[in-house]
Amino acid sequence: MTSPLEQKKIRITGPSVVTANRTWDGAVVYRTAKQGWSTELADSTIVTTSDEARALLAEAAADDVGAVGPYIAPVELKDGGKVKPGNLREHIRAKGVTIDLQVPA
Amino acid sequence: MYAYDELDRTLINERVSEFRDQVKRRLSGELTEDEFKILRLQNGVYLQLHAYMFRVAIPYGTLSSKQLRRLAHVARRYDRGYGHFTTRQNIQFNWIKLAELPDALSDLAEVGIHAMQTSGNNMRNVTSDQWAGVAPGEIEDPRIWSELIRQHTTLHPEFSFLPRKFKIAITAAEHDRAAIKIHDIGLRLHKNADGETGFEVLVGGGLGRTPFIAKTIKPFVPGRDILSYIEAILRVYNQYGRRDNIYKARIKILVHELGIEKFAKEVEEEWKAMGDVGLTLDHTAIEEVRSRFSYPAYEKLPHMPDELKQAAHDKLFERWRKNSVSAHKVQGYSIVTLSLKPVGGPPGDATAEQMDAVADLADKYSFGEIRVGHEQNLALPHVAKRDLPLLFKALDRLGLATPNVNLVTDIIACPGLDYCSLANARSIPIAQELTRRFANHDTADLIGRLHINISGCINACGHHHVGHIGILGVEKNGEEFYQITIGGRADENAQLGTLIGPAVPYAEVADVIEDIVEAYLALRDRPEELFVDTVKRLGVEPIRERVYATR
Ligand code: HEM
Ligand code: SF4
Repeated sequence: MTSPLEQKKIRITGPSVVTANRTWDGAVVYRTAKQGWSTELADSTIVTTSDEARALLAEAAADDVGAVGPYIAPVELKDGGKVKPGNLREHIRAKGVTIDLQVPA
Repeated sequence: MYAYDELDRTLINERVSEFRDQVKRRLSGELTEDEFKILRLQNGVYLQLHAYMFRVAIPYGTLSSKQLRRLAHVARRYDRGYGHFTTRQNIQFNWIKLAELPDALSDLAEVGIHAMQTSGNNMRNVTSDQWAGVAPGEIEDPRIWSELIRQHTTLHPEFSFLPRKFKIAITAAEHDRAAIKIHDIGLRLHKNADGETGFEVLVGGGLGRTPFIAKTIKPFVPGRDILSYIEAILRVYNQYGRRDNIYKARIKILVHELGIEKFAKEVEEEWKAMGDVGLTLDHTAIEEVRSRFSYPAYEKLPHMPDELKQAAHDKLFERWRKNSVSAHKVQGYSIVTLSLKPVGGPPGDATAEQMDAVADLADKYSFGEIRVGHEQNLALPHVAKRDLPLLFKALDRLGLATPNVNLVTDIIACPGLDYCSLANARSIPIAQELTRRFANHDTADLIGRLHINISGCINACGHHHVGHIGILGVEKNGEEFYQITIGGRADENAQLGTLIGPAVPYAEVADVIEDIVEAYLALRDRPEELFVDTVKRLGVEPIRERVYATR
């Protein structure tokens, strides 16, 4: 896991969000514009400059009770404003495992 | 089975209430994640991609039916209805909520199950042969020694704050099913010329970024001295252990840097210099632990009961029996392996329903006992041969009679990128695709023993270095790629695999593995020559040529 501190130097190269795991249940959450967390990527605040990203991360990291291990993650903006995860890892975090969960009985 | 004593029970219960309080303080914000992390890790709680992951120890792989039912309950009540059996005789739950963890721990504590020594830089749960106590030709039950070491090291301050995590495995059989050569300390129980029982001691094995096969530092340490000898090893380790560099602090690195002779010499000197530190195990101490392992009241049964003779006409039964049923030390009984590797399924996963059903079958056919092995399968250790046909039918209905134990589809795989926050690439879907490619059991039988091991990153939780075929996920420009090695093995002839060629993308892995297997079939000198033996005889080159010629 990339810690917020390590990411301080990182410059974003495209639209990004801040994501973390919700403290009480571990669910994947995204930082919203209202300084809260949502399980929906569509609710996330999207940043496009490194300065914005760092500010959003700092603000999110201050909420240690709400969520654990916040970091900046890339997203893709589709036509019509739809937000998609920017890489496979984030895709799996957003959509769940890529395997059939149940063992065939 | 093993009966925990009062002290253990009190300890487990204290840990649960302590953790309940810690979780409460974490959720209220009194504890920050930084403060809490070490506490949760001490209780087997990791944070994964989607959720917290909870790792529970199954000491030396022995479970009672009551305990397995409770694991099923935890899967159902607090998780998503399934659990994942790992290569270190643990079970992991992937979707547990922090707020409910204390309840889950407490439910497990009632049946003597806990999560101590499953994470952190301490002495991890001591693993052993999953056939301990029932394998023919065993010197004696290695779990007695696992337990003596466990008791000595559990929560002993010295062992709780090591430079890194520390793993011990013990075997007492000719054939090493505990993979002792890839552990920090591997112990092989045997008898010396005087008939005395003791251990060959190996150190410095491990996988991960810098894999090493353990080497012998002393051919024989009498059983009674084993704790003091381990103490001497740890003292030398602690004295040199490089706590400054996380990648270098495992004992394997130290052994490699000092050289095995020098390391052995230092341990020997330390051991002599230590003198009597009160760690000698007297007869009473050993017998006390021995007495807490109980064995079933076996009946006197024929070697070849009628039920078995009749069932021999059933082809499906026979195929399963030849594959999954092994010899037992007591006449008329067998050890039955339950494959958790169904075609198309995630390796090592079991649903709550399967766990409950296996618990019932264990009560009916195996004196209420179940074993968990490092290959991520289960076993029923005491099945009367006459019951095999009925057991087969029941297991088949549950999807637990896939006749693929030790075959190409009996794949070891770590959780990979589907769950793990450290992963580069996925492991489970690769395993699933391979089981579909080799779904024909006749083909798998023809290929013979072949272990495919898959890890999603260099930490090597899926033991890829010692797979006959090893698959390691790496990342290249944001894409999943896989390095493939061949010729590794984890048994008494443990060896690291050799890279066969450039890494291949996700979509091509199964094709390459098929080509490797085909090359082997063409090159083996007779059907009995195992994959690893062909690789050993010919080297990697002839296989590489065939596989990469057209790529
Ligand atoms: C899912 C969360 C997991 C995480 C975060 C994790 C993390 C790690 C890390 C960081 C290491 C390397 C440690 C070192 O070299 O000192 C490691 C080693 C290991 N893990 Fe895991 N692991 C996970 C799951 C598993 C699972 C599911 C299994 C069993 C299937 C497993 C079995 C092992 C084994 C056997 C090793 C030892 C390799 C060696 O000898 O160095 N782990 N794990
Ligand atoms: S090998 Fe890597 S990807 Fe697989 S479980 Fe271990 S840490 Fe995770």
